[in-house]
Parts: sequence; C-alpha cells; structure tokens
Amino acid sequence: MTATTLVRIQREPFDAAIEADKLTHGRTDIGALVTFTGICRGDEAGELIAALTLEHYPGMAEAEIERHVAEAVERWPLLGVTVIHRHGRIVPGEDIMMVATTSSHREAAFAAAEFLMDYLKTRAPFWKQVEKAGEKIWVEAKKTDDAAAERWAASPGRHAAE
Amino acid sequence: MTIKLRYFAWVRERVGKTEEDIEVPSGVATVGELMVWLSSRGEEYAHAFTNPKIIRAAIDRTHVKPQTSLEGAGEIAFFPPMTGG
Repeated sequence: MTATTLVRIQREPFDAAIEADKLTHGRTDIGALVTFTGICRGDEAGELIAALTLEHYPGMAEAEIERHVAEAVERWPLLGVTVIHRHGRIVPGEDIMMVATTSSHREAAFAAAEFLMDYLKTRAPFWKQVEKAGEKIWVEAKKTDDAAAERWAASPGRHAAE
Repeated sequence: MTIKLRYFAWVRERVGKTEEDIEVPSGVATVGELMVWLSSRGEEYAHAFTNPKIIRAAIDRTHVKPQTSLEGAGEIAFFPPMTGG
C-alpha cells in the first residue's frame, strides 16, 4: 500500500479543511479521515497571552517529522498523511499545526494521528514562547507529553487496524 | 576538526549567538564532552550549559545522546526540550 504523504513547515496560515479535502477528494478507497488541529489558546496557566512565537530548526523540523510519518506509514495501513506546522508569531484563535490521516478503517487513522501528535510534541524541533504582560517566556516541556510519546514504543501498532 | 554549532530557543539566548564554527579540542570525543568544554568557554556558555542533562542535541539534524561520538559530524545543534505541536 502506498500512502500519499505531505509535510510542510511554513510561516503562513493554512486551511485545515482544504488540506483534509485534498487527501480524500475523488477517492473511493478511503473509509476514514482523522484530523487534529492545534490552536493557539488565549491563556496559558490561567493568564491571558498576547501571542505565541514558535522558533524551529529549519531542515531538521522537516526531516524529523518526515521520519515519524514514515514510521506511521510502516506501522498502520494508511492511505494518506498530511502534517503542517507553522512557525513565527501566532495570535490566539489561529491554527498552529495540523495532522490528518486517512485509511480504509478508523482504527488506523485514529491511532496514527495520535502517534504523530505525541511524537511531534516531544521530538520535532519547535520551541514555543508566550507573550504575556509585556514579557516573553519560553514554554516548559511537559512530563505528560514525554509519557504520551513513550507509550508508543511498546505498542504493536499494525494489528490495531486488523 | 572544525564543526558548526547551532543554538536554539533559550540556549541561543544565553549563548548570545545563533551559530558559530569551532575547532574541537583534542580529548573532546562525544556530545556530552563537548557540552562540558563549551560550558568552560565563558559566563554565557556556563549559563547556557549549567544543567547539561536538560539540553538536547542533534548531529546533522538527527537527535543524538550525550554519549554519541562527534566523529564525522558537520553540524551540531543544542536546544532545550521541544515544545511544538
């Protein structure tokens, strides 16, 4: 099975609905589409924020996400994967990133989307800084994100779709 | 051996530069040893690498561990734990 994959790192906004439609348009072999969109919240730990700024490591960000997309395609019977991640300044209400997966059945699409999100959080070289009360503060990594990524290391993956 | 170092997020801010080329001194063979040597290069480096356990590294755009050899490395990046997604 060949999956159509797309990884894009960009400053500009994207349209998650259009990107999801590109994966399914004109096809009759897809039975499941799962999309996740990460959105900039207007508060961080109970305090209002003005914006997020995402720094990234150009070149490595693409390479690292592509490695995880390749692993997802290896582990689950996917028909398509799209990952888009923005960098630069993003204000509350704007989309930060998206993951979309397609498959014949829902189990693979759900599992692969969650796997990609968990790995993106802990392995893709992006760093968030929040602007609040005139200050810029680096967001600290969460231990719960590490734990979420680690659970996939022992997971059998592919049988979930069968 | 000359390698390019790149810094990101608060490691970049503390070191005060985005990248630099350095000559790796003899006796420095691993990523961890490089961090120890860097932290001896001045106050800003000491501040950046004060807790090397939390600093992540990549060689030629692939994550590596502190015990990874520098052999053949072209570009080494240092950064805090990632917070994308």
